[in-house]
Amino acid sequence: MSQLSQPRMHLAESELIQRVCDGDQDAFYELLRPYERAIFVAARTVLYNDADAEEAAQEAVLKAFTHIGSFRGESKFSTWLIQITINESRMKLRKQHRHLYESVDEPRSDEEGDYWPKDFADWREIPSEALDRKELRQTLGKAMDSLAPKYRQVLILRDVQNLSVAETAKLLGISESNVRTRLLRARLQMRDALAPGIDGSWSRGREYEKVRPW
Amino acid sequence: MIVEISCVEVWREISNYLEGDIGPELRARIEAHLKVCKHCTAVHDGTRNVVRLMGDGVAFEFEVPKNFSKRLYRKLPTRPHEP
Repeated sequence: MSQLSQPRMHLAESELIQRVCDGDQDAFYELLRPYERAIFVAARTVLYNDADAEEAAQEAVLKAFTHIGSFRGESKFSTWLIQITINESRMKLRKQHRHLYESVDEPRSDEEGDYWPKDFADWREIPSEALDRKELRQTLGKAMDSLAPKYRQVLILRDVQNLSVAETAKLLGISESNVRTRLLRARLQMRDALAPGIDGSWSRGREYEKVRPW
Repeated sequence: MIVEISCVEVWREISNYLEGDIGPELRARIEAHLKVCKHCTAVHDGTRNVVRLMGDGVAFEFEVPKNFSKRLYRKLPTRPHEP
């Protein structure tokens, strides 16, 4: 019965999109409902706090609404939507941090030199049982936030959202080899930030900070 | 006969190695190196742990703020109907 009481849930996306184009705004809410969480996560992938992510998400939704006529069905609707969200979020990030990120947020062919691990602490096991879940999440979040945007974005899309290398490349508008190179650096930096062990012996003032809790 | 590989080369490939995105010959060289190099083993184990932790869907996820859905459409011409 519950399914029958919500017959519009079963409308195909293409039909909903057509109805939005014909001026039915309710169809738009219905079209986006399954993707609301994904929209937030996409914005938060680029932006460093919830308030900014919400703002960008709202802009993205407005843009999707006004430009839905330009959706041609060449990619999945969800991909189109997430791409808009990521673009809006990156624009917001650039506006906020123009002086900081102008040079690092743009794809460059010669961008990646080798990254050398700074820490060789042994880390065979994940001491997850010993950690408070909330503390662990905060620690991981802080470690991610210590990465430059271009590394953080790739890391979250690929390693947190588990998108493929190809999907990550498409969403960010960069090559797959760029994704791989950035992913390598992001992962090594995350490891350096999180690896356990007796520290204090290596240099300070790097571009990321150590946040290890264990 | 496995050709030796340097630590720097191992670090360069460690991410692709974890992805399984690497040819069998290079894989064998890396594995031979990891058997004897404590530093690279530490880098490998740690990087693998990072990837596992972040992607397990438990240790880390973004929490959607309360009432996010209600605010999401506020820039649109009219508000959505309340359910």
